[in-house]
Amino acid sequence: MTDRVPVLKIGDVLLVSIQTDLEDQMVLDLQEDLSNRIVATGARGVIIDISALEIVDSFVGRMLATNASISRVLGAETIVVGMRPAVAMTLVELGLSLDGVRTALNLERGLGLLRRLQASRSDRA
Amino acid sequence: MRDYGADSVSVTEVAVATNGDVVKARQMVRTLAQSSGLSLVHQTKLVTAASELGRNMLVHGGGGTVRASAVVEGPRKGVWVEFADHGPGIEDIGLALTDGWTSGNGMGLGLSGAQRLVDEFDLDTGSSGTTVRIVKWGR
Repeated sequence: MTDRVPVLKIGDVLLVSIQTDLEDQMVLDLQEDLSNRIVATGARGVIIDISALEIVDSFVGRMLATNASISRVLGAETIVVGMRPAVAMTLVELGLSLDGVRTALNLERGLGLLRRLQASRSDRA
Repeated sequence: MRDYGADSVSVTEVAVATNGDVVKARQMVRTLAQSSGLSLVHQTKLVTAASELGRNMLVHGGGGTVRASAVVEGPRKGVWVEFADHGPGIEDIGLALTDGWTSGNGMGLGLSGAQRLVDEFDLDTGSSGTTVRIVKWGR
């Protein structure tokens, strides 16, 4: 059995902190776990911390983009935080622009961005 | 491209048959990149390229062998990596190297993206398999 990436709940935010070198199956499991947890908890926001990731290849990049889309459909905004500079440079050269994925420099800014997004959403509602 | 594999005295290799093996191959390449003194950005680019090519080899070639070695040419040091499978080969190389073209469920960036991330890229394909060789040089 492969390891699973833990999904933590803090208030109405789900926090995913990826701490290990990701195997493809872990990436697929995370996608499923996260979708289930959003529905089970009614979370409004998801933060994916990739500060420990030494590389993001097209498979992981696609997972980040797909997760953001799935979460949005389920009523939660996703913010990817903590991308290393070398990873960002590599991603862009690889040709991945991560369209549709919101990013923030770190966890603190990511949480701030979520709060602002939620505030503007409740204004409109 | 020079045959760095034959020139090198210390080639390490990882047999790739599962996703877990792709991670092992990636780690082997990272260790070599670090010991060869590649900068962090160069290490990241090389390991990312290795991840793309390792997965390609597994998905399209049914797995194979990743061999890697530190290489030296004059004053510069680099890392050479070879991905060899015995799959059906690539039908249309031009198409396979096109951004956005995919035969699987990826983003179609595997080959073309990996090529951009390294300094030398050599692709040899036929009905008996595909071999991709890459080199990333330090500065």
